Amino acid sequence: MKYIDEFRDGDRARHIGANIAAEVRPRRSYHFMEFCGGHTHAISRYGIAGMLPDSVRMIHGPGCPVCVLPIGRIDLAIRLAMERGVMLCTYGDTMRVPASDGLSLIKAKARGADVRMVYSAHDALKLAEQHPDREVVFLAIGFETTTPPTALVLRDARDRAVSNFSALCCHVLTPAAITHILESAEVRQLGTVPIDGFIGPAHVSIVIGSQPYEHFAEEYRKPVVIAGFEPLDVMQGILMLVRQVNAARAEVENEFSRAVTPEGNLAAQNLVSQVFELRESFEWRGLGDVPYSALKIRPAFAAWDAERKFDLQYASVPDHKQCECGAILRGVKRPTDCKLFGTVCTPESPMGSCMVSNEGACAAHYAYGRFRDIPVVTA
Amino acid sequence: MSQRKDYVRPIDFKHGRIDMTHGAGGRVAAQLIDELFARAFDNEYLRQGHDGALLPLPTQGRLVMATDGHVISPLFFPGGDIGSLSVHGTVNDVAMSGALPLYLAASFIIEEGFPLGDLRRIVESMAAAAREAGVSIVTGDTKVVEQGKGDGVFISTTGIGVAPPGLCIDGRQARVGDAVLVSGTLGEHGVAVMSLRESLEFETAIVSDSAALHTLVQAMLQALPDPTLLHVLRDPTRGGLATTLNEVARQSQVGMLLREADIPVLPQVAAACELLGLDPLYVANEGKLIAVCAPEVADTLLAAMRAHPLGQGAQRIGTVVEDANGFVQMETCFGGRRVVDWLSGEQLPRIC
Amino acid sequence: MVELLPGLRAVVDLSGVRKDVSMDLVSDAQLGDYVIIHVGYAIGKIDPEEAERTLALFAELSAEQGAA
Repeated sequence: MKYIDEFRDGDRARHIGANIAAEVRPRRSYHFMEFCGGHTHAISRYGIAGMLPDSVRMIHGPGCPVCVLPIGRIDLAIRLAMERGVMLCTYGDTMRVPASDGLSLIKAKARGADVRMVYSAHDALKLAEQHPDREVVFLAIGFETTTPPTALVLRDARDRAVSNFSALCCHVLTPAAITHILESAEVRQLGTVPIDGFIGPAHVSIVIGSQPYEHFAEEYRKPVVIAGFEPLDVMQGILMLVRQVNAARAEVENEFSRAVTPEGNLAAQNLVSQVFELRESFEWRGLGDVPYSALKIRPAFAAWDAERKFDLQYASVPDHKQCECGAILRGVKRPTDCKLFGTVCTPESPMGSCMVSNEGACAAHYAYGRFRDIPVVTA
Repeated sequence: MSQRKDYVRPIDFKHGRIDMTHGAGGRVAAQLIDELFARAFDNEYLRQGHDGALLPLPTQGRLVMATDGHVISPLFFPGGDIGSLSVHGTVNDVAMSGALPLYLAASFIIEEGFPLGDLRRIVESMAAAAREAGVSIVTGDTKVVEQGKGDGVFISTTGIGVAPPGLCIDGRQARVGDAVLVSGTLGEHGVAVMSLRESLEFETAIVSDSAALHTLVQAMLQALPDPTLLHVLRDPTRGGLATTLNEVARQSQVGMLLREADIPVLPQVAAACELLGLDPLYVANEGKLIAVCAPEVADTLLAAMRAHPLGQGAQRIGTVVEDANGFVQMETCFGGRRVVDWLSGEQLPRIC
Repeated sequence: MVELLPGLRAVVDLSGVRKDVSMDLVSDAQLGDYVIIHVGYAIGKIDPEEAERTLALFAELSAEQGAA
């Protein structure tokens, strides 16, 4: 597979690994945060953590859109399906997130709610056209990569006058999340979460470009390296961060130059701004209310906005008392620090969203990294 | 004056549909059995015409019995259909004990309104699969449920076979140091089926690997100097290779170490999984088996498998190791190590 | 991209597996271009020169290694 296999090559991996090992300074530790679901997944699936020197630690940030979706939003979707009889369309990952009353979308489906998994927003619109007698609602989640497809579909719905279709918009913005973390007490004042640099998200950066990250480098003096989502990209990105830290530089560098430009995909950005506008505030699971961090549908598209159409009122629901999803999303705690991890909370019976999506820090660690927690005696 | 014989109109397979009378046990039901099932499956036991089939008892060895329900959707897919799948699935379950499958029972639950033409296609496919596998479908049952209460048709098959004496093949027999082998490339059935499902459509040349594996198993047993050196046989169906190996690891209370580079996957299957965000290790197979054997006979078994048409792609993929936690670990092509865990829930394509 | 379809869609091919996806967000892509797909939409093109440059970067010997 072209442009895939070459970026997964084991020999090149060993080479980069050796470079990293050679360049880390002794008696210095490096903590880098990544907040791209694709990166969390790549690090786990390819066992990258084990290929880095002990002094380099990767922290999983809030890069998984399913993980940062608060319970209250899932409740809205579940209620629409169960009480208002809509055909609720959603991406696969969202279906198992535990919400209020012991329900999740997949459990609601088992109780008779019409919940459908779709691979793309386009499929949800198609369902609406195929079932003109039903109300179809698309649960639109995701960062800046997944937002343009939703914008396209809303525009198509308007152009084709599909009146039985609407979207429940839960799209969120990456830079706002990073700012929030950098402004948090743990990072700014207490210094309990040392973050030496960021691995910038792959897909998101294709859309927004590398320019938006300049702000973080300048304002907070933290280096940012945008890396592709193949494992070699991630390792090279880490090497580039190590070099910046050693040289006390704080710049934005682009490892993913084959797909990311400074300005990003302007067509996609324009489309998004035609359909969406900023919300003043939005609750993120684990981060609380974050200003100007999410999008809502513009008045011009009100007829396709599920929140307006069904007069939905958002109610915040706290997480399970012992669920540490919030702290884990901020990088303050690790999955193994959560009392529920691996006991009450497992992929089969998830208590929080970090365990549901396989990009969530807990699920990733459970599936791929758990063996490191327990000493394994090999033959 | 000659007697007029009763004229029974033959079943209209072209336009006819199943209705509630077909399951009621009356004349209409009897005609369906006669003209469709009995005709397709015909054998000496079925011809006895009893409710149950009278079968000879084996003189030595042990009886093996297995059962499987088939609820696949869509019913027809590249490389097979629910009919051939139901035969292969149960034949394979019996074969995984080292037994020779002999007889099958088939129960059909059909939805009112199901086209008779499709039912005939499925039944004839089952008959062909059974003939090819050398098994007889000796008894069966048909029920009809109201429209909306079924998914077209559900088929349940139960199989009986005979395992020769002296074998000891089951999930608890894996031992530290054993070799883990797979009979061929992975992921084809699952991907072939998903290519047809609503909202996951794409054109590929991927065909389900659905096949009866008992002759491959016989070839493997015959190649061994001592059949007890073959410890475990499993077919990695739902949940794929990963789930099956985790099951064996847990039952045998051992761990496993696999090498990703040795696990065979066709390039098109890898590409399809890439596009769908799936991991081939978790995708269903219907014509492959996993064998765990004493290390000294690994090469002999591989040679025997590769000499058989269904085992040409056989590879050694790993080793059984000591591990009280039962982890299945894998050295990735990339160089790192990861755990290959159980599948949780249904494999959902990723979004981000 | 191997085939252009009406309505700003295209057929993409990955090792012989074909899928039709939306080109709305990368409307200037041409046949033969490589694109990155996300949830059924092409979101960006791959620049072959930059790809080569990145691969070369991976192979670079680090200065420290040489000195040590």
